[in-house]
Amino acid sequence: MELTQYSAYELSTMVGKGDIYPVDIAAAYLKRIAALDKNIHAFVHCDPEAVLKKAEKIKTGRLRGVPIAIKDNFCVKGQPTTCGSKILKDFRPPYNATVIEKLEQEGAIILGKVNMDEFAFGSSCETSAYGPTHNPWDITRAPGGSSGGSAAAVAARFAPWALGSDTGGSIRQPASLCGVVGLKPTYGRVSRYGLIAFASSLDQIGPLTLDVRDAALLSSVISGYDPKDSTSVNIPVPDYLQLLGENVKGLKIGIPKEYFITGIEDGVKNAVMQAIEVFRKLGAQIEEINLPHTEYAVATYYIVAPSEASSNLARFDGVQYGLRVTKGEKVSDSGLIDMYMKTRGEGFGQEALRRIILGTYSLSSGYYDAYYLKALKVRTKIGEDFKKAFARVDCIMTPTSPTGAFKLGERTDDPLAMYLSDIFTISANLAGIPALSIPCGFTPENLPVGLQILGKPFDEQTLFNAAHAYQQSTNWHRRKPAMAQK
Amino acid sequence: MTYEPVIGLEVHVQMDTRSKAFCGCGTVFGMPANTQVCPVCMGLPGVLPVLNEKFLEYAIRTALALNCTVANYLKFDRKHYFYPDLPKNYQISQYDQPLAGHGRLNIEADAIKKTIRILRVHMEEDAGKLIHTAGGSLVDFNRCGMPLLEIVSEPDINSAAEAYAYLSQLKNILEYLEVSDCDMEKGSLRCDANISLRPAGQTALGIKTEVKNMNSFKGVRDALNYEIGRQEQVLRDGGAITQETRLWNEEQQKTFSMRSKEEAHDYRYFPEPDLVPFTISDETIAAAKQALPELPAVKKTRFMAEYKLSEYDASVISADKYLALYFENTVKQYHMPKIICNWLMGDVMNFINTNQVNIKKLDEVLPVKNLVAMVQLIDNNTISGKIAKEVLAAMLTGGKDAATIIKEKNLGQISDSEALEAIIDEVIREQQKVVEEVKTGKDKALMFLVGQVMQKTRGKANPQIVNTLIKKKLLGNA
Repeated sequence: MELTQYSAYELSTMVGKGDIYPVDIAAAYLKRIAALDKNIHAFVHCDPEAVLKKAEKIKTGRLRGVPIAIKDNFCVKGQPTTCGSKILKDFRPPYNATVIEKLEQEGAIILGKVNMDEFAFGSSCETSAYGPTHNPWDITRAPGGSSGGSAAAVAARFAPWALGSDTGGSIRQPASLCGVVGLKPTYGRVSRYGLIAFASSLDQIGPLTLDVRDAALLSSVISGYDPKDSTSVNIPVPDYLQLLGENVKGLKIGIPKEYFITGIEDGVKNAVMQAIEVFRKLGAQIEEINLPHTEYAVATYYIVAPSEASSNLARFDGVQYGLRVTKGEKVSDSGLIDMYMKTRGEGFGQEALRRIILGTYSLSSGYYDAYYLKALKVRTKIGEDFKKAFARVDCIMTPTSPTGAFKLGERTDDPLAMYLSDIFTISANLAGIPALSIPCGFTPENLPVGLQILGKPFDEQTLFNAAHAYQQSTNWHRRKPAMAQK
Repeated sequence: MTYEPVIGLEVHVQMDTRSKAFCGCGTVFGMPANTQVCPVCMGLPGVLPVLNEKFLEYAIRTALALNCTVANYLKFDRKHYFYPDLPKNYQISQYDQPLAGHGRLNIEADAIKKTIRILRVHMEEDAGKLIHTAGGSLVDFNRCGMPLLEIVSEPDINSAAEAYAYLSQLKNILEYLEVSDCDMEKGSLRCDANISLRPAGQTALGIKTEVKNMNSFKGVRDALNYEIGRQEQVLRDGGAITQETRLWNEEQQKTFSMRSKEEAHDYRYFPEPDLVPFTISDETIAAAKQALPELPAVKKTRFMAEYKLSEYDASVISADKYLALYFENTVKQYHMPKIICNWLMGDVMNFINTNQVNIKKLDEVLPVKNLVAMVQLIDNNTISGKIAKEVLAAMLTGGKDAATIIKEKNLGQISDSEALEAIIDEVIREQQKVVEEVKTGKDKALMFLVGQVMQKTRGKANPQIVNTLIKKKLLGNA
């Protein structure tokens, strides 16, 4: 079998036994990328020579020789890090994100940087300044976003797994649309140091993998308190993989009726209902629950996230790094404002500009109370909904996305339609709770459907266990797009 | 009509921590440009701030020393504006919930004592510095992220002299607390002033201007005096004050308009999501309060009671922590507080000021035991006060102790009657006319003879003994 057909766990085991060499794994993936990524455009940066050199040198670590694709908003020392934006076109950070340090310590090989919506603003990977990524299941369709490059790379077997970031669904929605596993951990579980911020109070880093076992393994490696991130939480990280169970007897699963609304595709609804049936058969108790503030989640998110984004993106001004657009060679005092305006005007794409303007408006004096402060209050309500629900149930199951993968270009002119792609995923970010998406079937058009499992804060293990039990008795996660058959 | 100036001061104090407010970079002053920087204080994409605990400790200490109420909830906010010396284009600061407030500081200006209320004390990070060259403007990020405390007074100050007294008192306290070196020239203490005038007796405030760019305490006083005069002139001419920011120009001794209110920023404050708010327990605050050193005002009162110093002497000696400590160490070894205070405030301070000696190092220049020994020698009549001045000067410059200097320079007082009698007899022979006057009971004449003896001994004679001996010789009594 081709090396690119194995899971990351299998690869690490084989390297551990000495059956294969890291450099052979790297070579196999690089070959595949070189041959096929022209159709998918998952990678925005890949330096095969450097990757092979590194793979040859690697000697130790739990993930020794296992390659990984990194979303292009993680700082990797000396490598291009663009966030899918023109404004960071030639930016190479002088430091590594904490998760990158952790991966390298464990011997993982960074294959390259993968595509994303510009600054993670989007649900289709189409707002990238470097062109869209295509869905490996149907290249006329979007892979979802913003971690579309990560999801597509894994689905296409360009990498056994990838890192993504999730602010409102950016790991789970593309995982769902590309038929892979994606986890947004509890806020504070993974250090954000070195992740270029979109919305600091919502962003969280997580894995995109082929199966739950890999998600558990990668989560164990990247999680944990980091003194460089004050929002990371000092709670010990369980060995998720070691603790991985498959017994869901007596597991209490809540089904919120607010998530099965009009607008959800029949194909998606049916697949999710059948998945819930599987859990029932495995011995879980299914209960209907209420999350009454669900309908306000999208509106709340589109105040909180752009507000923080407008602040986080203020630093891209042409002064220190990245793009600088000026009239002449030298920036005089009078030319300073001109430089700011031209640099930001030309450097940011439409969606980025839209969100910066939205956020700037929400934070303006006179509007702050009506928008930002109000949104924070609703956010608290949404969190309370979950707290109440989790007093009764162990986890909650919903669809990840209301639809399967949509056509490229279909929603680019309709921001509201695009924003609704995240209708089921946003609440978990607002509440800070962990949420996992796993493949659970296909639409009539043969497009993957994702099941979302939401859990209590810092209880990722319950999500892994439930999802692992499901994967032990179903085969949806073993289905591959045609382009990845061999 | 007379006008009353109403002034509020905003003081920024750089806390003297070893690392910056939110990263591990050093805080040494005057390093080459961009050598004290890291991705965090340069605001590179992806970095996160982490609060320096020492910064918080110093901030709480300062707030408590200013009699503030310290909040139990600590939260930071982002303040947004675009400028090249601010790499994130926002400053981490505190907005609606400052660290502390409701404080007060007692001052004395023009012999009037009053209390200035402190509105708020909050923590924030400093910006970098622009360096303008012929080739363009450059940014030095060394100062970026330095820990600052902003101390805002209520508009309780009514003259430039009061503002000066407020700053001096604030500086004394900060130095006592060892939280800042308070050097205005290095920028570790900066002061902006809000100032308006109103007809005396009126309660409503007039329109204010904000004055910036004052680089010394004297600069603050001069700028305020100028601005008071300027505003008064405008009002007397029937004009109106424009609400604006004005810059003090030290060379021209004038303020100039910088920007008007219409151009004021909307800073779009919102809670800093990268720093989790946390609680400061009552126990922490109580412990910090307990650990406060004795502050200048309390020390001054104690010095007056314990050492019977005058109010003026006590305030001068207590204004500087190290001078006060030196004073007490000396008094402990030889209990003549008033005499020791006089020597310190006179000759010692003169020497310190002239030679710009760091007062912290006074004990190295003049060990306490040397000063004690000198005072003892005066007290037991080995040397006179006049000789002591010479001895002290030699001690300050040469570092030798008093006994050695007296011996080397042969300055010991002559108390030996036999040695003195010969000189007295000589004077009596030379001054027959005055001797007659002494015999008729003229005190002035007696003093003249004593003076003559002192002159002949180059001040070394013990004047009391000389006095007694002359009286004995001429009047037959003692």
